[in-house]
Formats: sequence, structure tokens, C-alpha cells
Amino acid sequence: MLYAILSIFLVAAVAPVVHRLTGRASGWVLGLLPAALFVYFLSFLPAVSSGESIVLVWPWMPGLDIQLSFLVDGLSLLFALLVSGIGFFIVTYAGRYLQAHRDLGRFYVIILAFMGSMLGLVLADNLIALFVFWELTSITSYLLIGYNHEDKDARKYALQGLFVTVGGGLALLAGIIMLAMAGGSWELSEILNNGDVVREHALYLPLLLLILLGAFTKSAQVPFHFWLPRAMAAPTPVSAYLHSATMVKAGVYLLARLNPSLGGTDIWFTTLALFGAVTMFTGVFLAFRSTGVKKVLAYSTVMALGTLTMLIGVGTETALLAAMAFLLAHSLYKGALFMVAGILDHEAGAKDFLQTGGLRSALPVTAAFAILAALSLGGVIPLFGFVAKELMLEAVLDAPGLVGILSLFAVLTAILGVAVAAIVGIRPWFGARADTPKTPQHEAPVAMLAGPAVLASLGLIFGLGPGLADQGLINAAAASVQGAPVDGYLALWHGINLPLAISAFSLVAGGLLYWRWEQARRALAWVDRAAEYGPEKGYFKMMDGLVWISEWQTRVLQNGYLRYYVIVTVAMTAGLVGVTAQLFEVSVGTLHFERLQIHEMAIIAILVASMLFAVLTRSRLGAVAALGSLGFTVALVYVLYSAADVGITQVLVETLTVILLVLVLFRLPGFLNLSSSALRVRDAGIALVTGGMITLLILSTLDARLFPSISQYFIEESEPSGYGRNIVNVVLVDFRALDTLGEIFVLALAAIGVYAMLRFRAEDRR
Amino acid sequence: MNMSVALPVILPLFFGALSVMFWRSHFAQRSLGVLGTGAMLLATIWLLMETWEHGHVVMEMGSWPAPFGIVLVSDMLAAIMVVLTGIIGFATAIYSLSGIGKMSEKFGYYPLLHLLLAGVNGAFLTGDIFNLYVWFEVMLVASFALLILGGERSQMEGAIKYVTLNLLSSMIFLTAIGLTYGLTGTLNMADIGAKLATVEDTGLVTVIAMLYLVAFGVKAAAFPFFFWLPASYHTPKVAVSALFAGLLTKVGVYALFRVFTLIFNQEVDYTHEILLWVAAGTMLTGVLGAAAHYEFRRILSFHIISQIGYMIMGLALFTPLALVGGVFYIMHHIIVKANLFLISGITFVMKGTHELRQMGGIYRTNPILGVLFLIPALSLAGMPPLSGFFAKFIIIRAGIEAEAYWVVAVALVVGLLTLYSMIKIWAEVFWKAQPEGVEGEIHDVSSGPMIWMWIPVIMLAMMTIAIGLYGEPIYQMALMSAEQLLDPSQYIEAVLGVQE
Repeated sequence: MLYAILSIFLVAAVAPVVHRLTGRASGWVLGLLPAALFVYFLSFLPAVSSGESIVLVWPWMPGLDIQLSFLVDGLSLLFALLVSGIGFFIVTYAGRYLQAHRDLGRFYVIILAFMGSMLGLVLADNLIALFVFWELTSITSYLLIGYNHEDKDARKYALQGLFVTVGGGLALLAGIIMLAMAGGSWELSEILNNGDVVREHALYLPLLLLILLGAFTKSAQVPFHFWLPRAMAAPTPVSAYLHSATMVKAGVYLLARLNPSLGGTDIWFTTLALFGAVTMFTGVFLAFRSTGVKKVLAYSTVMALGTLTMLIGVGTETALLAAMAFLLAHSLYKGALFMVAGILDHEAGAKDFLQTGGLRSALPVTAAFAILAALSLGGVIPLFGFVAKELMLEAVLDAPGLVGILSLFAVLTAILGVAVAAIVGIRPWFGARADTPKTPQHEAPVAMLAGPAVLASLGLIFGLGPGLADQGLINAAAASVQGAPVDGYLALWHGINLPLAISAFSLVAGGLLYWRWEQARRALAWVDRAAEYGPEKGYFKMMDGLVWISEWQTRVLQNGYLRYYVIVTVAMTAGLVGVTAQLFEVSVGTLHFERLQIHEMAIIAILVASMLFAVLTRSRLGAVAALGSLGFTVALVYVLYSAADVGITQVLVETLTVILLVLVLFRLPGFLNLSSSALRVRDAGIALVTGGMITLLILSTLDARLFPSISQYFIEESEPSGYGRNIVNVVLVDFRALDTLGEIFVLALAAIGVYAMLRFRAEDRR
Repeated sequence: MNMSVALPVILPLFFGALSVMFWRSHFAQRSLGVLGTGAMLLATIWLLMETWEHGHVVMEMGSWPAPFGIVLVSDMLAAIMVVLTGIIGFATAIYSLSGIGKMSEKFGYYPLLHLLLAGVNGAFLTGDIFNLYVWFEVMLVASFALLILGGERSQMEGAIKYVTLNLLSSMIFLTAIGLTYGLTGTLNMADIGAKLATVEDTGLVTVIAMLYLVAFGVKAAAFPFFFWLPASYHTPKVAVSALFAGLLTKVGVYALFRVFTLIFNQEVDYTHEILLWVAAGTMLTGVLGAAAHYEFRRILSFHIISQIGYMIMGLALFTPLALVGGVFYIMHHIIVKANLFLISGITFVMKGTHELRQMGGIYRTNPILGVLFLIPALSLAGMPPLSGFFAKFIIIRAGIEAEAYWVVAVALVVGLLTLYSMIKIWAEVFWKAQPEGVEGEIHDVSSGPMIWMWIPVIMLAMMTIAIGLYGEPIYQMALMSAEQLLDPSQYIEAVLGVQE
């Protein structure tokens, strides 16, 4: 299993080479891989349909409980077969559709990587492995949507899709970490058996909401539905793949997967059923009033995703069976229809239904399969779409709650769904021959027709013999979702009942709506204006706001003024020290003025006087001189406390500094006072507070002195072990020689730096 | 006596001095550059192996017994840090063969490089708080000289801000050392830790901890002390930017990790709560700064800040898993960040600018570079299965387990915004067509003298992937360092011997 998935990534890596070697046939050659995988997955079918589930484990980062473990049961196998089966048709289709495109080699890399990620996602048993593949689908689909990357819109909408799905993905990450904590395991196969524990855990509500956020963004539920139609910026094979079997179904897959452990609560039912129903209706409504070929199909995908979410939320056995049947039906007809859309574009140059009409005679084969798929979309007997729709209506009418609302949405959706199916299945093929941008010269090539033909035919075969589907896999899949075996079955004919009546009614009403399509669209023009305030607007506002906030905060914080940076740093220091001292009630050290001697007072007086003079004087020279006197006085303090060496060093440094400063002074422009007095007072305040704070801190430390100093050791060992009577020298060159070594290199570095600073520019100009 | 802990400091000092002697020979400088950093890389790997085996490797300088002399100590964290220094140093040296230019070589680029690395390694390995200050000085002066190498006006402006703020930090650090010495009478960090562990009145100790917080916060470019970094990192030669981006701030982070586990572990509820706020602020301001910019290196610079936040968050949460996450994050970040800067150097050679708006079309002309960019860029944004994902995952998981939900939320949002910035660069530099009226490819980078620039980029990208695909050893190393950090008595015993 691991090798199956790895093989895709490996083949993806060499795809450009394969493409170069095989040229026109590259689609077929690379298509062999998904075909082989399809067969491989089929080999699991007997075991899985008899109710087994298989877990395969490879260690990855065992210390973090991350493994590459895979779970093969009805649900994951259904998805794996769809991903690899439809994947085969997509790759071969793309080989022809993008034949002339210069980046076809790169396209294969990304689409195969995407396929591998999707397979990993649906097969993963480990939560982190699942998340890894989940994010990989986001990234690879970003690269696919932005495939025409020199087009500004393609980049923009690729980013939009990425931002929405990855944003949801981050919520999902937090959600699954909590799920693992609540369920006591990182393996789905264990968590799913622990449903009761999870549902009663304190984290149930937050983890549920986070996971739903992840699933809803990925599966384009209202209000996140806007990114999906925009993703049509991708080449048509990508749209076909993303919509039929993969990307957008990932969220639905997750909901279905986690149903045994998260489902069955009121909040689960209410949230999923309502969001699903609203999404379902919104999707079909927007599809009905769109005219772009891909747009209509994209919105009808939103409808399907809403339906699936709603059914999983309803959660009865019928509903889950309906969900799985609907999933299969939708994948088949939607894959076929998108590929047909590509043929329309490829052969007739038509991207809008209004441009099309009467193409039946020019593209007879395409038309036949398109109509077949559209019938399934509309839920017309005897297609598989009909079976699924009947079951869906039955499930909604038997829902454990909210029957009124859900039924209303379901009936409306059924009606509009028929109308949309009519748009897709009638408009391009019948009626007067429209002037398409290109006149179709011939039927589409085999590589492009194979997909629609097989997928649409399967819709008919499963419709006529639903037992093929349910005994094969649908029952097993529904059982995985329910977490228990399923007794129900699929049937074409349920007898004359309410769902059948609704179906019949919706056929008539939908047909009428299609007949009045033009008028209906015009009557609904207000929707465009309403969309101005829709969630997509919100997305763009949010992005603008993000940039605005970042620019604002950067202007404020990183404003370019060094003095401001210094003030913030110093004030923060004082603040942290002050607040902490307050909180911990640190005792302030005491000063013993009575011990002060006369010469010490004199030194203090000189220090204060020099300091004040340096601050207040308006002459640079005066300030430098005052600083010098400050330094010499400090040297005096050292001498007074018998640190003669340090005192001498201080005197030398001060002298040198003053001389250098004076030399530089003559090259500087005149003295300017740029700060207002208010600012100077503020700065003085900060300086005084900080200085005072540090002084108090030193006093407290001196009072506290908790331990004897190591200097006693230096005093004792200096002569016997260090062979020197000058303790400071021995400390510098022996006890702590490494410090001195470091400082020597500091000086050398400074010399190099100064040399480079002075000479680099001069030499560079020469 | 185990020399392995001294070599990572001695070797670069030696090669630094040696290349000063061959001041005028470009050939000698370049050879010594690669040779010296290569030797240092091997030495650091040796040290890592020794540390892995023994837990701690200690060496007393001049054989003066601790706590009186200076000790070099390697625990797992320090060993990891020096190996990363070795990797980045070596990568930079190779890159510089093509990327630094004759003029910089003439004015001491290679000696400065060696000595900067010596300073960085010294800071990681020293067990003495004042000696740490000395290595900070070495780093500061070396980095200042590297920063102004090139003599551009913007470099000067950036360097002045850099030096002023870092000197301020040094001053605060020195004050803190003085106070610590006054309180404990010792400079040996293990000794300080051991002594402060017995103190009952922790108020004054916590106040002094605040000074260290500020001093190292400035070095680490944490909020609200980060101003020097965006002011300077986009100005020097790209190789220098990459070196700084990889290593310098991480020394500050390392110092925070060191003192806030070994020394200041008395009032964790207070000190680490502050660190948590600092972490959140750092993550947010950094990523917002990046969102506001359209210059390749400025964006990357602001992201350094933002990711320092993740590391500090690992320290602040102060659970075993969180520290694992922090250390893992540091490892991942150094490799990825340096690589992104190196890539910006290649695109600069191609386009002659760092302005995103004037670049474009590289994915068309040079898809390999596109892939090489995507690997570290997506890793930085925490996308699986690259190194950054696991780093982020561990920290997020630790945050949730510690019930620090608000900071987890910040970290997640910041992750999304990081992706936004990286995608911005990707879309503008690689996907977009070359804008009209702007000169196209200036230099061919795929052959000739520019070939050296590719080697480190490829090397670091492979490491990013390797950590993602086979991260268990990295995790085990991070785990061991976290266990050591949370049990300071191991460090103290290794340095001072068993105490009763």
C-alpha cells in the first residue's frame, strides 16, 4: 500500500522525462499507473465487501505517534477506486487536451502528485498522516489551479482556494490533535471504536467545530463556497478531477469517516443538516442562473457537496446509503460532464451555454454521452442518479428532525436540479445551430471521449442494476460510515410513494423552468447585486484589511527612528524591572549616609556636577570635557577601592576617548537642538526612572549577597598556582584567559572593520 | 580531557587568524574559507556524537576547576546548535565562492566569517556567564564589520541601528551579570543555577531575570526589541544576510533557553508567562511586517522575527513536548531560513533587484530554482511533509496539551499568514511573467562562476526534505535536549561534580 502511494510520487518526479520520451502518447503511458492502481485496489474488493477492514502500518516518526498507516474499508476503498479510476481517464484526457501546451510535462508532475496525495488522504489511518496528505492536496491543487500562471486571475484565484482550504486546514490540525487527545489514539481505526468516549469528552464541542471548519472549507460549504467556482481558472481536466472524485470531496470524506466517532449528537445533526441543506440549495440556485459551462457545473458540484453533508448529518441508515450512492453517481456524471465541457471548448471554442446550440450533429458521440450524464444529474429514471435521488428524498422525509425545512430545500433543489440538467443536456445539443467561436471539424479524439463514455455508461449500468453497486461496495461504504453493518439496499423501483411523486413533480416543474430560462435569469439579476455583499466580498475585504493592518502596525513599530527604538527598549527594561519588583515586594536596599566620608562626598559632587554639565551644556566641546571628567572621577573611585589596575586602564581609555572625540568634533556640523522641550523632559524622565531603578536594584543586591564570592579562591591561589602576585593579572591571563583571548579577537575584528569601512568605498570607486 | 568541546571554538579562531596572515591572497582566503568551515563542521559533528553518547561534555579551561575557571560545556542543545553553525558556516563559505565578490574578499570577508563563527560557537558552548558576554562581543564586532562590508550608504544606516541597539543590550546584559555576581558570588552558570535553587526569597532573582529577558530578547529580536533586525538585515551582501539570518538571532534564543531553564526556574508561572506574551507578540508583529513588504529580503527578515516567536513559545510553555518543539523548530528554521536568503541571492543575480514587483518569470526560465524555492518556502509556512510542519505540529500539540489555547490560535493564524507571504514571493518572482519595461535576466546563473551558489542551496533543500521524511533522529535529539533542559541538575552535576 505504501509502495502504491509512493509509486505515484516517484512517477510524478520523472513524468517530464517520460513525457519527453513518449511525446504524443505520454497521456496513455502515464495513465497506466492509475490504471494499475485501480486494479490493485480492486483486489481488495472481495474482502472489503464481505465486511472486513484492513490496516497496514509503516513507522514514520514513532516518537510522536506518527506513522504511515492505512485503513482499507468500504469507505476508503470506494474513494480510492474513484480517485484512481477517474484519475486514469483524466491523465489520458489531459494528454490530448493540453497536447500543445508547453508545460504539459510539469502538469503531469503536479496532477500525479495530487492524485497520490488524494489517495493517501482517503486511505490514511493515522490522523497526522491524513493531515499531511490533506495539506498536500491543498498545495498541489493550488499549483493546478494556477497552472496558467502568467494570467493574473489564475494566480489570484489559486491563492484564494489555497487560503480558504489551508485556513480551514489549520483549524483541522488543532481539531485532530484534540480528537487524538479525546479518543486516546492517533489511529482512526481505534478512535472510531471509541465514539462514546469522544462524544462525552470535555473537548468534544471545540474539536467538533474545528474539524467541521476544516471539512466545510475544503468541501466548499456555505459560506465558503465561493472559492470553488473560482477554481475554474484551472485547465478543464483539473476541474473535472477536482470536482468529480477528489479535492472537494475530501471534506465530505472526512465527515463520513468521523461519523462513527463524532456523529449522532444533536449538534452534529443540526449543523451538518442545516449547512448542507443551505449549501445544496445555494449551489443549485447559482448554477441555474449561471451561463458559463464550467460555472454551471461548478455550482452544481456545490449542490452535490451540500447534499452529501446534509445526508451525513441526518445519519440514518437510509441517509448514509443515499450519501454513498449519491457520491458515486455524482462522481460519474460530474467527471463525464466536465470532460464534455472540455470537448466543447476544445472543438467548438465554446465556454458559455449561450454560445452553444445544435451541436448534436457535429459531435454526435459527445452529445450522446453528455445527455446520458445529464439525465443522471437530473435524477431521471433509469439512471443511477435517479436511484440516489429517490433514496435521498426518502432519507430527508424520514429525518430525525427538521423534516419541514430539509424537505422544502430538497424539493426546491430537485426542481432546480432538473432545470440545470436540462441546461447541460439540451441547450448545447438541440435547437438551432449557434455560431460557436470555432466550428467543430471532427469528433473529439478517443483519449478525450473515453472518459465521458465510460463514466456516463456506468451511470446507466448501475442504474439498471443497482445491485452491482450496492453489493459491490456501496453497502460496505455505508457500513463504514455508520460504524455498523447496513441492511438496506439500492433499488431502481421502490413502488409508487412520496419520493417518486416528488421526482415526477420536479421533472415537470424543472422542465418548465428550463423553458423559461431566459426570463428566469433576468428576473434573478438582483442576485448579482446581492453578491456584492456576499462571502467572497468578505474574503477580499479581509485580505485588504490584512494588508492595511500590517502596513499600519509596521509603520508604527518599525518607524525608522533609532531614538524611538532606544526609548522603547529602555522603557521596557525599566517597566519589567519595576513591575516585577512591585509584584514580588522586593525590599529596597538601604543607604548608610552616616558612613560617608568627606572625600567620598567630594567625588560624588564632582560626578553629579560633570553629569549635569554634560547634559545641559550647549557646547559640544564642553560636553566632551564633562564626560572626560566623569570618566576620570570613576577612575578615582576604582583607585579608592584599591583596584589600581582597573583605575589605570580607565584613565587611559578616558584620555584616548576624549582626544578622539575632540578630533572628530571639528569635522561635525554646528550644534543643533532638534527636540522640543517637552520631548527632552520626557527623555529625561525615562533616563531618570531607569537609572534610579538600576541603582535601587544594585542596592538591593548588595544587601542581599547570599553567597561568598569565588574571588577568595583567586586571592589564595594566585601565587601558589598562578605564579603571580598581581591577582588581577593572573585572573586576566590565567584564571580567565579565555575571556582575554576573546577580547583580543574583538580588537582585531574592530581593526579589520574600521579598515574596511574607511577604504572599501574609496577603492570600489576607483 | 575531551577536546571535542573546544575544537568548534578553536578551529575558527585559528583559521580566522590564518586567513588574516594571507591577507592579500584571494586563493588562500577562499581555500581557507572552505577548508576551515569544513573542518569546523566535522568537529561539530564529532562533538554531537560525543554528547549523544555521554550526555554532557565538559572541559575546564587551563585546568582551573569549576566554578573558578572558565568551563566549556556541551549538552545536547549546545551540540545541536554548533552542528547547525557548522552546516550554515560551511554552506555560506561555499556560496561565497561565487556570491561575495572580489572587493569583499579583499577587505577581510573570510577572516570575519571565521571569527564570527568562533563567536557563535563560543556562545553556545561556554558554561560561564561572563564568558558568554565576551563571545557576544566577538559576534557583535564581527557582524558589524560584515554588515558594513560594501560601503553602501544603506548599509551604514542599518549598521548604526544594529550596533546601537545591540550595545544597549550588551550593557543591560553586563549589568545583569554584575548583579548576578553580587548575589551569588560566582560566574559559572551551573554554579549560579545550583546556588539560586537554594534561595527562598525569589523576588530579587526574578527581577534580575527580567534584565536577562531584555538583554537576550534584543539579541533574539523578540517583541518588542526586534527593531534592529528589519533595519539592517536587507542591506549587506546576501551571503552575510544568510549567515546572520541563520545564526545570530538564534544565539539570543539559545541564551534564553539556557538561562530560563538552568538559572531562572524559580517563578516559572511568572517569568514564562511573560515569555509566552513575548512569543505571541513576536509571532504576530513579525508576520504582519512581512505582509506589509514587497522586497524579497525584507519579507524574509520579518519572518525571522515571527519564527523566533514559535521558538520562544516552546520555551514559555515549559513542558517536555514544548521544549522538544522549540528545539526542533530551531533546527528546522536555521536550515530553511538561511537557504531562503541564499536563494534570494541567486534571484538577485538573475534580475538585479530584490523588489518583487520588478521580478518575474523565473519559473518559466528556471523551473529547478522554482522547486528549490518552494521546498524551504513551504517548509517555512509549515506545510507537510517538510521539516517545518513537524516543528509546528509539535509546538501546537504541546500548546493544546498545556491548554494555552489563545497562543495556539495565534500560532495557527501566523502559520497561515506565513504561507501568504511565501506565496506572495512565489507568485511575484516565479509565476508572474517578467514585467514589461524591466530588464530581464541579467546574468546566467546556471553555469560558469556562479555554479557555487547552487551547491549549498541544493544541500540545504535536501536536508529540509530529509528532516520531513525521516525526522525520527532529529526528534530523538530534540527530546534528549528537552529532558536535559528540564532537569538542570544533570548539567550542574556534569560541571561541578556530584554535590551533596
